[in-house]
Amino acid sequence: MADILVEIVEALQLIVTGDPEVLGIVSRSLLFSGIAVVLAILWGTPLAMLIAMKQFRGKTLIKTFLNTLIGLPTVVLGLILFLVFSKGGPLGFLGLLYTPAAIMIGQAVLITPILVSIGVSSIESVDPEIMNLAKTLGASESQAQLAVLKEAASGIILSDLASFNRAIGELGVVLLVGGNIAGGGNRTDVLTTAISRNVQISEFGLAIALGILLVMILFTINIIVAVLRKANYLVELAKAPFLRIKRYRENKQ
Amino acid sequence: MQVWQKMLLVAALTTIIVVAGTLTYFNYFSKRRLFISTTTSLYDTGLLDLIEADYEATHNVDLNILAVGTGIALQHAKNGDADIVLVHSPSVELSFLEDEYGVNRKIIAYNFFTIVGPADDPAQISGKTAAEALFNIVQYGENMPDQSGESQIWVSRGDNSGTNSKEKSLWTAAGYDYEELSDEVWFASTGQGMGATLTVADQKNAYTLSDIGTFLKFYSDGNIALDSLILEERSLLNVYSVMAVSPTVPANQSVHENINFGDAMNFIEYLISDETQDSITNYGKDTYGQSLFTGAVQPLIDGTPQPLVSWIQDYAFFEDSECPLQYRNGFEDLYT
Repeated sequence: MADILVEIVEALQLIVTGDPEVLGIVSRSLLFSGIAVVLAILWGTPLAMLIAMKQFRGKTLIKTFLNTLIGLPTVVLGLILFLVFSKGGPLGFLGLLYTPAAIMIGQAVLITPILVSIGVSSIESVDPEIMNLAKTLGASESQAQLAVLKEAASGIILSDLASFNRAIGELGVVLLVGGNIAGGGNRTDVLTTAISRNVQISEFGLAIALGILLVMILFTINIIVAVLRKANYLVELAKAPFLRIKRYRENKQ
Repeated sequence: MQVWQKMLLVAALTTIIVVAGTLTYFNYFSKRRLFISTTTSLYDTGLLDLIEADYEATHNVDLNILAVGTGIALQHAKNGDADIVLVHSPSVELSFLEDEYGVNRKIIAYNFFTIVGPADDPAQISGKTAAEALFNIVQYGENMPDQSGESQIWVSRGDNSGTNSKEKSLWTAAGYDYEELSDEVWFASTGQGMGATLTVADQKNAYTLSDIGTFLKFYSDGNIALDSLILEERSLLNVYSVMAVSPTVPANQSVHENINFGDAMNFIEYLISDETQDSITNYGKDTYGQSLFTGAVQPLIDGTPQPLVSWIQDYAFFEDSECPLQYRNGFEDLYT
């Protein structure tokens, strides 16, 4: 093993001087995972509403299944998506394998169970009376559902932020469907895959630099989540008029 | 329409936009893509980075290099996910050609594998032939004081890469069965690339088979304390070839019809050009004090140096040719 101190110094130099290679990898990671989270929110929120607000048979089974999917090893999901996106696979005709889109969709699929699962419990923990209250106040079914969603918003937003960490920190999916392509104009190497590659080719300085930056990103997100939770900022933010009306009524009684 | 239905609709539309955007970009705005599946040694040593930069500067093509090892590289090609393969395992290459997946094979470079191990050489293999060395390692392994499985004396790639299949044939030549050996307590299998395997061997003070390029890179960076103990003998010859993936695979027609055959052949012609062959031979000389690879095209034409050329012909030619007639698809000028 080479002198670790020398490698760490090199890593810090890469970070401090804003090495374009490092910056490129970090910005790709942030961009891909950011879009993945947006996609997952767009899919996950309506699914969570559907599961939480509708009564149907097999609901517990679906929720259990979702909780199982949360723990799905990323490399297994990577394998499944690889087979789906490969030219011989069902979506092979799209030619998405080894493109940024494959990474974004892969990460979005990875975190969707987290978002849906936490979304369902956030919505279910909302006081059921809110829905009735909204309806008695003349809201349509849709408006009433939106009112409930607003009440659940704080929990949902926190889970969105947390799932970003899962997306940016995972290796299996991005490696298998992204291909870790480091050259050319359409690179698919991100923080985790680049760390793996650079350890393989004994470029420890670069690997350490990327590792430090990845941990810093994860830490920053967690700080934001913690601060928001502590300040209860989102709860206040999401305080819907219905809740105030309800409190007002209760006070009157 | 209910809220969740509207939201799902928006989500579906957004997904379609992302997918369509990517497809539009790659079809109309980006350069043509050429997918190269390659053995790790060519990539990990940095040689392909150099070739990629040079090729992309002069051609309107985006090279997408997947460094995965020979076995997986050929599997990619069979799935239609690679346009060209750079590999180093003649026997596997032959069946790839026979199955009609690959065409127009060219031998581009050679070097030697090396058996590396701890500097104090506990199994005393230095100066031996490869077969004797493996015999000594087995003897040492079977008589190691620690038979608990905690420590190993041999580390194998175990990933069906070109290096791994070379290792298997070396064990066979030495009179052993690889599958049986891999159950021994002194035998470790990483299933990873050469770099990772060298690191494991280093940490375990064990022996392993490595291509000389990856070994020298790790050795000169000071990341491993292993020494190259057996060098440059005939059985350790390592020959790198390139093959285009056939655009007409009868077994798998629909998957292969979008293979970028034109750019693949252009890239092969670039690889065997005099300039590229020179840069392959000179690569790493400044850093490592010796070449990591030697271009094979001119030696095969000239028939010198001997006995190297006849070794290459014995080891990596099929029916006295680097690519027999039935495995060619046009481009006869490659073979004159």
